[in-house]
Amino acid sequence: MDGAHVTPVLAVEGLAYAYPDGHQALFGVDMRIEAGERVALLGPNGAGKTTLVLHLNGIHLAGRGSVRVAGTMVEKSSLAEIRRRVGLVFQDPDDQLFMPTVRDDVAFGPANLGLRGDELDHRVHDALAAVGMTDVADRAPHHLSFGQRRRVAVATVLAMRPDVLVLDEPSSNLDPASRRELAEILVGLEQTILLVTHDLPYALELCPRSLVMNEGTIVADGPTADILGDAALMAANRLELPYGFDPASVPPPGPRS
Amino acid sequence: MAGAHASSLLVPGDSRLHRLRPQCKIAAAVAFIFIVVATPREQFWAFGAYVAGLVLITGISGLPPRLVLRRLTVDLPFLAFALFLPFFAGGEQVGDGWWSLSIDGLWASWNIVAKGTLGVATSVLLTGTTSLADLIRGMERLHAPAAFTAITTFMVRYAEVITGEMQRMKVARESRGHDPRWLWQIRAIAHTAGTLFVRSYERGERVHLAMLSRGFDGAMPRMVEGGAPRSDWTTAAILPATALAVSLAAWMVHT
Ligand SMILES: Nc1ncnc2c1ncn2[C@@H]1O[C@H](COP(=O)(O)OP(=O)(O)OP(=O)(O)O)[C@@H](O)[C@H]1O
Ligand SMILES: [Mg+2]
Repeated sequence: MDGAHVTPVLAVEGLAYAYPDGHQALFGVDMRIEAGERVALLGPNGAGKTTLVLHLNGIHLAGRGSVRVAGTMVEKSSLAEIRRRVGLVFQDPDDQLFMPTVRDDVAFGPANLGLRGDELDHRVHDALAAVGMTDVADRAPHHLSFGQRRRVAVATVLAMRPDVLVLDEPSSNLDPASRRELAEILVGLEQTILLVTHDLPYALELCPRSLVMNEGTIVADGPTADILGDAALMAANRLELPYGFDPASVPPPGPRS
Repeated sequence: MAGAHASSLLVPGDSRLHRLRPQCKIAAAVAFIFIVVATPREQFWAFGAYVAGLVLITGISGLPPRLVLRRLTVDLPFLAFALFLPFFAGGEQVGDGWWSLSIDGLWASWNIVAKGTLGVATSVLLTGTTSLADLIRGMERLHAPAAFTAITTFMVRYAEVITGEMQRMKVARESRGHDPRWLWQIRAIAHTAGTLFVRSYERGERVHLAMLSRGFDGAMPRMVEGGAPRSDWTTAAILPATALAVSLAAWMVHT
């Protein structure tokens, strides 16, 4: 395997996991993501995408197999370190935002890392600026529109300066303009990004590489355009392109800015 | 999202009361309430003085008096309870053959009504001039236990989410023709309550996971630094200091 000598940012090997109620969601997942990559994680409802993602920062700990972040094994003793490195943006911004003001919410993560005073203020300001939300800093998150809340949710994680940004269905429920604006924000970031999504054109636009997950394993891994162009693979995994969308007709994702 | 905004108790304004640092206002309000509670109930004039003080502050705050009065009605249920006391309490009674009231009960009733209403009025003035974010920050500054401020924060935040959820479930019910007029139709409402509980619980779980993802380890980080200027403390101290003088005078007259 090429690049085996560089430590990947995310390395998952033989990961299996069953929920406490006995339902097994992951059956041996293998995945490697190198620094600076933008990768899409595709797959039908119930494939295990969210479950996998919750392993990447140690919310769930591996039942069997292993998860490594930049070489560090995800386990109880390394959680603080792992959570600093891997930032998770949840599917529903209402799960993520809970403080009385946007500013406090964005400050929550870095404050947990021990930042205070001016340093904390700078982090908060930079993160809000990155998503274009500095002017709502003093408002209550629950008074913002859905798209604004989604952006603030991204900022809460950016403020922790993670090496890897994992987003669970970030484009869901966004209107087309907010969806495009979020894409612009993501393209502008230098972090490694893992994007869980049902929005295939979005994956094609943002991520040169895609993983397809089904029934708890990774069933395909390759350039996004190839995967979306493989009709048999798509059909076997309940993946469908929007009406009239032809992946061959759009330019491939550009190089990182 | 429908439903009253939990954070809209604040009436925006720019009065001296609005501008006081929240920690000073909270400390003053709490001190005032303690002093009121400790005042001997027999000294009516002292309570008159407290009311006068709060009326004056209402004037300074610029809160519409009607709004203050309307918000005062939240303590009506407690007042109703207090008004029963004279009928049921024992001890010496007043009245003639047809009716009788317990003297102890009357005093207890007056005590609850007067002190309770003054307490609620103080809170109305505090919450009417301070945003919830500031209230929480103020509590944090006063070194309220972090768990306490955390719980308040969640309550504020999720009161909204849960009212929203409740509203949506109600709409969903009604758009399917539910129009509860009869007792047996209440079943659907009971189901809604159950579902609401489960949904809120699951929401709480997810919020907790999201917090863990951001390095939460069970203790809320204290983010606020820098104290209030001395002038804020001295201004805020006027109310409790005056009340303390009144209360001490009341005790002296009392004994
Ligand atoms: N808390 C839980 N307890 C038990 N089983 C669960 C739990 N959460 C998810 N599952 C099950 O695990 C499997 C994978 O779920 P997961 O949420 O990871 O899917 P997903 O790929 O994220 O789906 P979606 O696209 O709908 O978000 C599903 O069969 C689901 O029913
Ligand atoms: Mg999911």
